[in-house]
Amino acid sequence: MALVGFLVYGLVSKGNSRLAVGERAPSPELPRLTEPGEGSLKEHRGEWVLVNFWASWCVPCREEAPALVKFQGEHGGQNFTVVGIDTQDISDDGAKFAKEFGLTYPLLHDGNGDDGHEFGTTGVPESYLLEPGGKLAWAEYGPVDEKILEDHVAPLLPPEKKT
Amino acid sequence: MSPVSASGRAASAAARLRRLATALAVLGALVALLLPTAASATSALRTELNEIEAEVMCPVCGTLLELAESPQATREKAFIEKLVKQGQSKDEIKEALVAQYGDAVLAEPKGSGFSLSAYVVPIVAFAVAVVLLAFAVWRWRRAAGSREERKPEVEGPSDEDRKRLDDDLARYDL
Repeated sequence: MALVGFLVYGLVSKGNSRLAVGERAPSPELPRLTEPGEGSLKEHRGEWVLVNFWASWCVPCREEAPALVKFQGEHGGQNFTVVGIDTQDISDDGAKFAKEFGLTYPLLHDGNGDDGHEFGTTGVPESYLLEPGGKLAWAEYGPVDEKILEDHVAPLLPPEKKT
Repeated sequence: MSPVSASGRAASAAARLRRLATALAVLGALVALLLPTAASATSALRTELNEIEAEVMCPVCGTLLELAESPQATREKAFIEKLVKQGQSKDEIKEALVAQYGDAVLAEPKGSGFSLSAYVVPIVAFAVAVVLLAFAVWRWRRAAGSREERKPEVEGPSDEDRKRLDDDLARYDL
């Protein structure tokens, strides 16, 4: 019985499927990449969040980084932010990458990749747009560029409140 | 030009040559001493790197780091090399890797917490299997013994049957 239990657990735990549109995204506490302390996607409830999984050793991540920085510059504010999750990476390498590309948005470090696995990621880069309630609205399983972000993400975002 | 000053210059040049030769000899001796040291240090570094790479995983590839060639593995190897050069011990480096990648980076699970089950479960399973097998053998032998006890004793033919058999056989006697 115990053996069967272990086998079933193994099958269930290995069979993480991709997060589907409308499903609530996981939001565990993760270490911040460039600052001390921990952070979570929960901190951004109430705003649209583009969760971008990346790693410093990933070439396509380097290629998409400028587009994400530009998009954050144009759309980031009270209603929207990009959150970068550096996954399966040495934190110092990730911090160097962030400095090199001038990533100004919140960055978390998911060293063992568990958070990515809960999203159902199969590699990096992958991007998931969460609506203010924390549910998945859109996903891209590969690198994004300016056109993808403007065509798929920008139309979903509410206009920024002018203060 | 006076002969004295010419011989003085010659002596001075010879002295310079001797000093140069001495310096070269000392330099050669130093190089000869340092080269094997540097080579053995490089060899020790490579040995320690190889040992660690054989005991940790490449989390992205799911294989031992020593077998992995992915970009992530390359960065992990560079991280280990940096720590080895800093003089950190194997255990310290493994701890640093766990801090970066979690327990899954260790090829052999740690002997504590849930990871301990990787060691305990096979031992417990083996012990349970041995007990079950011993119990099964004991029951089987006990059942065989009681069957033996219940078996009725075989009696020989009765006097009447024996006489009839002898008579029958006598009829075929030639």
